[in-house]
Amino acid sequence: MAKAKVKKQSTFIDMTAMSDVTVLLLTFFMLTSTFVQKEPIDVKTPASVSEIKIPETNLLTILVDAKGKIFLSLDNDNVKREALEKVGEDYGITFTDKQINTFKSLQAFGVPIQSMAGFLDLPSDQQDAYMKNLESARVGIPATDNELRDAKGLVASDNEFKRWVAHASSINDDLQIAIKADKLTEYPVVKTVMDDLRKMKKNRYLLITNLKTASSEEGK
Amino acid sequence: MSEVQVKDAGGGGKNKQKKQQLRVDFTPMVDMNMLLITFFMLCSSLLKPETLPINMPSDVEVKKEEQNKVRESGAVTLLLGGEDKLYYYTGMVDAAAYTNPDFLIEASWNPENPESIRQFLLNKNKGTYEEIQALKIRLQNNEFPDSVFRRLSNEVQDKAMKELKIAPTVMIKPSDLSSYKNLVDALDEMLVCNIGAYAVIDLADGDRRLLFNKTENSNYLTEEEIAQAGGAKK
Repeated sequence: MAKAKVKKQSTFIDMTAMSDVTVLLLTFFMLTSTFVQKEPIDVKTPASVSEIKIPETNLLTILVDAKGKIFLSLDNDNVKREALEKVGEDYGITFTDKQINTFKSLQAFGVPIQSMAGFLDLPSDQQDAYMKNLESARVGIPATDNELRDAKGLVASDNEFKRWVAHASSINDDLQIAIKADKLTEYPVVKTVMDDLRKMKKNRYLLITNLKTASSEEGK
Repeated sequence: MSEVQVKDAGGGGKNKQKKQQLRVDFTPMVDMNMLLITFFMLCSSLLKPETLPINMPSDVEVKKEEQNKVRESGAVTLLLGGEDKLYYYTGMVDAAAYTNPDFLIEASWNPENPESIRQFLLNKNKGTYEEIQALKIRLQNNEFPDSVFRRLSNEVQDKAMKELKIAPTVMIKPSDLSSYKNLVDALDEMLVCNIGAYAVIDLADGDRRLLFNKTENSNYLTEEEIAQAGGAKK
C-alpha cells in the first residue's frame, strides 16, 4: 500500500516555473522582433561594416533582383494610394476602390502599370503565382524608356520607374530612398537605377546591406 | 509552487483531511506558450538590415576650374573589373600610361594580403586614419558622445583635405562586368580607411583601354572601341 502512494505523487510535475520562462521568452520575442516582410523576390544583400540602422518610416525601398527586375515598396499606405492614383493618371488608368485597397495590402509591388489593374483583381494566391513568373515581361517595373503608351495612344513619358519615384517623393517630402539589390546583380542594372535617380536629382540614398561578420569576411 | 494550501479555519491540530490541496496544472499553458514562441520565432526577424548611406555626384555641370581641384598626387582611381577583380592607379591617365604595364596595378580585396587595397589606402591615408583611430579609443572610453565623435572625425578629414592637402581622393569606377557586391565592398573600404572624399563615377574611355590592355578581355571595350582596336592593333 505504501508503495503505491509514492508512485502517485511522483507523476505530477510542476509546470509553473516552465510557464514563467516561456511567458518571458514570448514577451521578449514580441517586443524585439518585427515581422518578416513578404517580398516577391529573395534578395541577398551584400555585407558591409556600416552599422547605421535602416529608418523605420518614410522609406521607399527599391528592390533589384539578380536579373535586374525592379520592385518597389512603400511603408505608408496613404503615399501608396496617392502614388498609384497619380501614376495611373499619367498613363490614363483609373483604379477602383477595391483595387486600391488590394494595392495597399501589398508589401512590395512590381507590375507594369498597364497590367496593374488586372493583377489587383486576382485573388491573393494567384497574385503570388503571378509574381513567381520572374521571366515574364509583366513582372517588374519597367525602367526602360519609351515603354508604354497611354489610353489615347499617345506615347506617355518614357520611364515608369521614374514616375513612381517622382510621385512618391512629391507626396512625402521626408521620403528616403533605399536601394536593396542582390549582391550578384550586375553593375549595369544598378547603374540604370542610379542614373534614373540622378536625373531626378535624388543624389542621397541608402544602400541596404547586412552587417559584415567574421564568417562573411572569410568567404571573400 | 502551483499548490495552494487552504487551511481549514476551524480545524484543531494537523489533521491531513482538513488540508485541502489546490493544484493548477500548467502544462496546457506551457504548450500554448511554446506554440506562440515558435510562431514568433519563425515569422519575425530580430535583425534590422543595416544601410550604407551614399551621396552620388549630381549631373549638374561643374565648372572646369573646380573639376581640376582633384590633386593629381592625391587622386586614386579604383577600377572594378569582372570576376571580382580590382585594379587601381594613382594620378591621371596619360599617353605613357597605356604602354606602362605597371601603371594599372591589380589589388586584392583580402585585407590580410599585403597587396590589398586596404593596405594601399591605409598607407595613403595614414595620418587621418591614425587620428580617427585615436578618437575612436577616446569614444570607447566614454570621453564624449557619438555625435561629438562624428563631428571631430569629419573635422580631421576636412583638415587633411583642405589644409594639409594629404588626403587622397578616391574615384570608384565600376566596369560593366562588375557586380553590385563589388561596389558595396569598395564603398566599405572607404569607410574602413576613413577616406573623406570619394565618388562613384562612370568609366572613362582611357580606363576601359587600360583594363583591356591589362586583361586582354574585349568585354571591357565598347563596340566602337573594339572596331578601332581591330583597325589600329590596339
